[in-house]
Amino acid sequence: MDLQQIYQHVVDGEADEVQSGVKAALAEGIPADEILAKALIAAMDEVGRQFEEGELFVPEMLIAARAMQAGLNLLKPLLIKAEVKAAGRVAIGTVKGDLHDIGKNLVAMMLEGAGFDVKDLGVDVAPEAFVRAAQEGYQLVGMSALLTTTMSNMEVTVQSLKAAGLRDKVKVFIGGAPVTQDYATKIGADGFAPDASSATRVARQLIG
Amino acid sequence: METKLTLNSKTVTISPNHPFVVIGERINPTRRKKLAQSLAEGDFSMVQEEARSQVEAGAQVLDVNAGVPGADEPAMLSGAVKAILEVVNVPLCFDSANPKALEAALKIYPGQALINSTTAEQHMMDIVLPLASQYGAAVIGVITDDKGVPATAEDRLRVAEKLLKRAAELGVPPEKVIIDPLALTVSADHHAGRITLDAMTLITRELGVNINLGASNVSFGLPDRKIVNVAYLALAISRGLTTAITDVTVPEIQTTLLACDLLMGRDEYSGRWIKAFRKREKAAAALAAQ
Repeated sequence: MDLQQIYQHVVDGEADEVQSGVKAALAEGIPADEILAKALIAAMDEVGRQFEEGELFVPEMLIAARAMQAGLNLLKPLLIKAEVKAAGRVAIGTVKGDLHDIGKNLVAMMLEGAGFDVKDLGVDVAPEAFVRAAQEGYQLVGMSALLTTTMSNMEVTVQSLKAAGLRDKVKVFIGGAPVTQDYATKIGADGFAPDASSATRVARQLIG
Repeated sequence: METKLTLNSKTVTISPNHPFVVIGERINPTRRKKLAQSLAEGDFSMVQEEARSQVEAGAQVLDVNAGVPGADEPAMLSGAVKAILEVVNVPLCFDSANPKALEAALKIYPGQALINSTTAEQHMMDIVLPLASQYGAAVIGVITDDKGVPATAEDRLRVAEKLLKRAAELGVPPEKVIIDPLALTVSADHHAGRITLDAMTLITRELGVNINLGASNVSFGLPDRKIVNVAYLALAISRGLTTAITDVTVPEIQTTLLACDLLMGRDEYSGRWIKAFRKREKAAAALAAQ
């Protein structure tokens, strides 16, 4: 099985083809972590790049992420057995009061596609829930807000992490329509990502 | 049902039997750096300019959002309201999730404003609806409750019923509530546009209230959004949409809304359609002569 073919099926968003490709590759004895890196992660990097360039649109990114996920589901048990480490552990959610989750969902999928272990805390996530995730050992906390009125809860969450004595244990990165680099700096976040694809890059930088 | 918004002696009526009411969305610092900065500096000249140009383009009501992170929102919103009323004569819609900011604006406003918005969440209704009642304002009720955005049209109808019931209990009659059935983006779920249209049909038929929509969310993440947005506006109007918060300075939106009024029997002798056509012709001729 040519890994390049699986890669292309992910980019094209063909979940069934990705699954049969991954099965064939495994049957040939290609290690799961190699399939993950060379076919799935590499493909999602390409999808992210094309999205940032404005060549791909949100639905195309979603369907590619789904295809990637179909392949990843086959690999996961093998990766765990082989004790392949995730790129990092991220907990993400929209902040308290904010129900807008498209951006957050895209970021979660892109991070998963980049080999991260992602815990999706969902929408309207209270600061305490982010704190709990940090206590559970997640190294990265990602927050999203679409409204100027809810983004102030990002600062509240950063303060809660501080109060719980966890601020130096985790890296915080944020994004969403009203969020800017200036705001991220002001509230003491470690990173800012203007879109789903750059979120992956930021996460890699923060953890590296 | 008729929802009346007023400013001094001026009245704008929202109803299926009146021309479609456009609420201008541009006075909003979200994602608009310059506007945010001017607001933060207490300079309302840009806000005034936005007010003028939107009314010129046909906005009958103006949405006012003064939410600049870290700033004193009550002072900011009431300052913006005063500045706007110096330059235009249209009813206003106060766009804030901060009850103190809403109250500061309602207090100084000479008429029946529109509040944008409450959801059907218990804590929101219990804060926002008493404000509407106290100041005689109308209010936009967004169809999302403590469990999030209802997945089906039927569930959205039920949440709308719940919101209207609570409003009535707190002294806000149904003609003062404009329901927003929430259009989610079709790029994340291709049924999203249809569910909202079906919800509009149900809510219009069962409850007879006015309906509002933030109509540009539906096309998020897609190319050629403008076309998707105006098509959605037209579809929604046929299902009972009577007002929308949108960018009326976009020519395609202006003309689509006029054409919809014409086709829905709200433009006698095609008067407004023809007048707008002449205005466009004149503008084009003036441009060509330059």
